[in-house]
This record gives sequence, structure tokens and C-alpha cells, in this order.
Amino acid sequence: MEFLRPATWREALAVKAAHPEAVPLAGGTDLMVEINFDRRRPERLLDLSRLTELRDWHRESDTVRIGAGVPFHTVIDRLAAELPALAMAARTVGSPQIRNRATLAGNLGTASPAGDAHPALLVAGADVEVASARGTRTVPVEEFFLGPKRNALAPDELIRSVAVRTATGPQQFAKVGTRNAMVIAVCAVALALHPDTRTVRAAIGSAAPTPLRAREAEKFLNGVLAEGDHWATGRPPPPAAATRFAALVAAACAPVDDVRGSADYRRHAVRVLARRTLDRAWRARTSTEGAPA
Amino acid sequence: MRLTLTVNGRERSADHVWEGESLLYVLRERLGLPGSKNACEQGECGSCTVRLDGDLVCSCLVAAGQAEGREVRTVEGLADADGRLAPLQAAFVEAGAVQCGFCTPGLLLAAEELLARVPRPADADIREALAGNLCRCTGYESVLDAVRLAAARAPAPAADPERRP
Repeated sequence: MEFLRPATWREALAVKAAHPEAVPLAGGTDLMVEINFDRRRPERLLDLSRLTELRDWHRESDTVRIGAGVPFHTVIDRLAAELPALAMAARTVGSPQIRNRATLAGNLGTASPAGDAHPALLVAGADVEVASARGTRTVPVEEFFLGPKRNALAPDELIRSVAVRTATGPQQFAKVGTRNAMVIAVCAVALALHPDTRTVRAAIGSAAPTPLRAREAEKFLNGVLAEGDHWATGRPPPPAAATRFAALVAAACAPVDDVRGSADYRRHAVRVLARRTLDRAWRARTSTEGAPA
Repeated sequence: MRLTLTVNGRERSADHVWEGESLLYVLRERLGLPGSKNACEQGECGSCTVRLDGDLVCSCLVAAGQAEGREVRTVEGLADADGRLAPLQAAFVEAGAVQCGFCTPGLLLAAEELLARVPRPADADIREALAGNLCRCTGYESVLDAVRLAAARAPAPAADPERRP
């Protein structure tokens, strides 16, 4: 095995171009498990943890750009106001030890169906900036996940940063697991209100081969909210509509039975979480803004 | 490969380190520091917890090469040179927070990091800070007691340079 330690981002891209099979290593919280258990023996490890330029994050006009080396604890400590759903999801990642090392970009690179950050990115709206020696391109997060542990990166590409849209309204994230720390999600739901466009987004995690948006549910709820003038009045959606919305979110699932939970349980829990996150987000909207005129 | 790092204030080197090896393996098997324990090797149990440049990490998930030139603090660095226990360690002993002892090194490092950040932690802070450390003797209540005791005995908190903004 070779341990490659590029000193700059440009050098990292050159190494990845020369050795597309080199496996990028940042926090190591996924990759080192595979190596420790002999499930994987990469010929080359590409250590990105020394690239200080990847540890930057900054606010742009309507997004926060998070460098690929930024660990989850930074998202929690510094970005909770701008990116509430992502920060909530980040708080549920592993343990303090894991959150100090694990990166948002690593979560995307692993592309687990259960990746905690993914539903939050889907509802906030995010673009993944990927780069290679050939150049840079932007992949909308919706198009990033191709299947269980498969993503849109070409073999010579690395994730440079993730640009997440700054919240314009309340956001929620909820996850089911056996305890409050150190759990892989049985299922998860993220929900965001976007008062600027008068839309709601909902996404599920760990209940389909990839994280995904519940578009039928969104469409239904957006119609109800528009028809009843709810954005202007601040009135919550009627209970029957909220129930129907939750059922549609659950219908978007394509879950499996596995050691963490049955498909039926996941569908049920997603329905409960969808209703709960909608109620919480709408309540936060009316309590923070008062009843809009 | 050759690896050089600072462990508990001393520069240490190891030769013939395998590139896929963890920092935990280096500490235990190459540097003769078996205080950090090897249990799950997947970041679930916290028994290998050390501080890497001040951050609390699972040393089983840090590739050896990532620790090159870094500063590592392990449980062996807590007591002073004469072997006198640190106040936090003494509190663990007094509170009966040690049963089989396997989780203790990791818990000590996690508790130390907490008290450096939050000198007067609420119970919720302690639970959150120790959430990544499992104890299979179910000694959590005594561990909470030990951390409360250490916090109560510490001198009035001063500004901590390591505290994250």
C-alpha cells in the first residue's frame, strides 16, 4: 500500500489523475473501518487531511460553501443558523469523536443510503463542486447519488466543496435509531419551508437505495398551501392534508428489511417523522414570524 | 514507512509502519503505550479515544500517516512524571467509576476534553460528551459522578485557549 500525501489541492488532483484507483482519505471514519476489517485493501491511500484549503467554509450571497475537509463539528458549531437542517443532521452523526473527524464531503463520497447529511442537503438545496485535473464541475445534490454507495464522481474526480443554500425558513431533521448516539439511521426525514418561493421540500434517508426527495408529497402540500393561502395567513395546513402529505412521503420510500428495521417499520416511521417535521417547522414559522399580515 | 509524532509531549518515531495501519496500532504495538484500548475497531466504542492536536478522536480510525508530525495525548499522559494521578483520574477512583477498566482510558480523555471546554458542565453536557464511550460493566452513573466531582473540585474556570469559538 502507498500512502500519498499531497501538499496542495492541485497536487491532489494530479495524483488522482495519475492514479484514479487511489482512495481519498479525510476523516477516515468510513474508510478505516473497511481497512481495519480487511474488507478493503486499496493500493493507494490519498490523504487529504493536510490540505488546509479544504478546511475553509464561507458565506456567499445565498449559500454557504463548505470545503471538503470541514468536519461535522464545525457545521454544528458555526453553521446552525444558516443551515439548520444540516446542523441538526450533523448532531446525530456518530459521537463527538466521529464528528470531530468525519466530513460532510466524506458523507457524500461514501454515498451510503443512510448518510445523515443527505436528506438535509436535499431539502435545503445544494450543489457539489467536484474537480479533477480536467477542470471543475457542479453536480446538483439530487443528481449526486446513483445507488447504494455509488455517486456521480468520475474516477479521477474529488469533491472540492459543497454549496448549501442558506435557509429562508424553518427546517427540521429527524432520525430513528436505537439510541441518541452512535447509530446508523433506521430512517430519517428532513423538511424545509421555503417562504421565498412558497414551497416545502421533504426528503427521506435510509428508506430507499438512495436518499431522495418525496416529490409527489411536496407537490400535494404546495398545492394545499397555495390554495388555502396558508403562506400569507400563517395558518397551519389542515390536519387531513398533513396526514395525506405524510402518507405520500412514506409512499416515496422503497425500503428493505434489514438488521436495523423492517421495510414496514421504516415506511411507518417515515410517515410519523414526515408529519412531525412538518408540524414543527410550520409552528416555528408562525412563532418566529408571528401571524403574517 | 517511518512515522514521527509527538506523544504526551515527547517526540516518538516508529519504523516499518504499514500504510493502512491505525494510530491505535502504532500506539499500542509500536510505541509500547497500551493504555488506549482496542475493542471495536470501527469507532463505535470509544475505548481507543485519544486527543489529536487537541481534538477528541477514535485512534482506530486515524490512519497512522495522518498522525505524522501531530501531537497525540493518551491516557499515559494524564498522571504526572512521578505517577501521581491527575485530579480527574483521582475523581474516577474515588467515585468508583472504574469497574473492569477497559473503557476508562477513553472516558478519561473524553471527560478531560469536556472539562477543558466546559469547566462547569450540566449533566446533559456530560452525557453528550461521553456518548461515544461505551461501558459494558454499566458503570455510567459512577462515571457521571466522577466527572461532576472533578468539575466541582477544579479551580474557578479561566479562559481556555483550546476552547472552540
